[in-house]
Amino acid sequence: MEFPTDSNLIVGLDRADDAGVYKITDDIAIIQTIDFFTPIVDDPYWFGQIAVANALSDVYAMGGVPKTAMNIVCFPIDQMDISILRRIIQGGIDKMKEADVVLAGGHSVEDNEMKYGLAVTGFIHPDRILTKRNLKVGDRLILTKPIGTGIINTAIKGGRASGKIIEKVTSLMTALNKEAAEIMKDYPVHACTDITGFGLLGHIAEMVVDSEFGIKIQSDMIPIISGAIDCAGMGLIPAGAYKNREFREKMVDISSSVDRSIQDILFDPQTSGGLLICVDSKSAADLLIRLKNKGMNAAIIGEVLLEPKGRIVVR
Amino acid sequence: MSIIVDAKGLSCPQPVLMTLDKLKEIQKGEIIVKVDTDTSKENVSRAAQSQGWDVADIQEKEGGYQLTLKKE
Repeated sequence: MEFPTDSNLIVGLDRADDAGVYKITDDIAIIQTIDFFTPIVDDPYWFGQIAVANALSDVYAMGGVPKTAMNIVCFPIDQMDISILRRIIQGGIDKMKEADVVLAGGHSVEDNEMKYGLAVTGFIHPDRILTKRNLKVGDRLILTKPIGTGIINTAIKGGRASGKIIEKVTSLMTALNKEAAEIMKDYPVHACTDITGFGLLGHIAEMVVDSEFGIKIQSDMIPIISGAIDCAGMGLIPAGAYKNREFREKMVDISSSVDRSIQDILFDPQTSGGLLICVDSKSAADLLIRLKNKGMNAAIIGEVLLEPKGRIVVR
Repeated sequence: MSIIVDAKGLSCPQPVLMTLDKLKEIQKGEIIVKVDTDTSKENVSRAAQSQGWDVADIQEKEGGYQLTLKKE
């Protein structure tokens, strides 16, 4: 298909990135993104918070600042009490306030299946856009949130997760990537993305596919939500994790010494996951300390290599 | 007659939970689990192995899979 475009569309559909970027002047570009989904937690207020944190994340991953948002709501008004929708929106609004984002409007549709999310507009200097490409040899990869939300959410659905684990995963999914995005501006960051539905390795694959680089991942350095390994071992794995693996396994060489449950977690679809920051090796340790000082369970999980090109090696 | 857990038409984690409940109930022996997706087949296999059961056989049947789980 040929999409309508012009020369000011800096990031568009031709190379799938986290968000679209359109240059307004030499100093300002707008970033646009949209995301909405069905509830992943029972509590409507926390669902609203998660949906907003997730929708804003794409702007942070591009290095930008989200500014305005429009609510997108699908709701079965004949079958469900309107107070539930109010709680969802309230969660969303509270999260927008925390992010310093204004709500400019929205649109609702009657639908049998409830959904909520945002269309977001943000700003960025056209020269400072961070995409998934532009890696440099030796760069380190820093992940800013632990992974395993898909598996834990499957366990929650099955009533196999403790209150403590539910609380932990909810706080991770509602956490904005705002601080991480602000801190990384002080460092020579070459590329960035956020970890969502394709899982950690799926999103790393997007960074190296058809590129001049490969990426080595140190699996024992990856922060994993406590309980996720046990849940994976028990078979509480979402279908998306298998699909993600099937889609990218030809690009990935995983050492047989990596535990099977950990392999599953590497492909586990994440909701409102952390940023994956690709930074110059000399600055990696310093950036990591700054992130950790803000309370993030972040880690250096890998590095960019010249070989094997277009592939991921997991040790 | 083997004990049968029919989890066809159910999405994960339901087949896993039904299997785990049954394994816990009977402790040892043989059970047959019927599922209809690849995800359920994989997940039920892992659930069984995590409890020390062997996946003795997997057959494609009736548009799905039939897993035979054994523990001595």
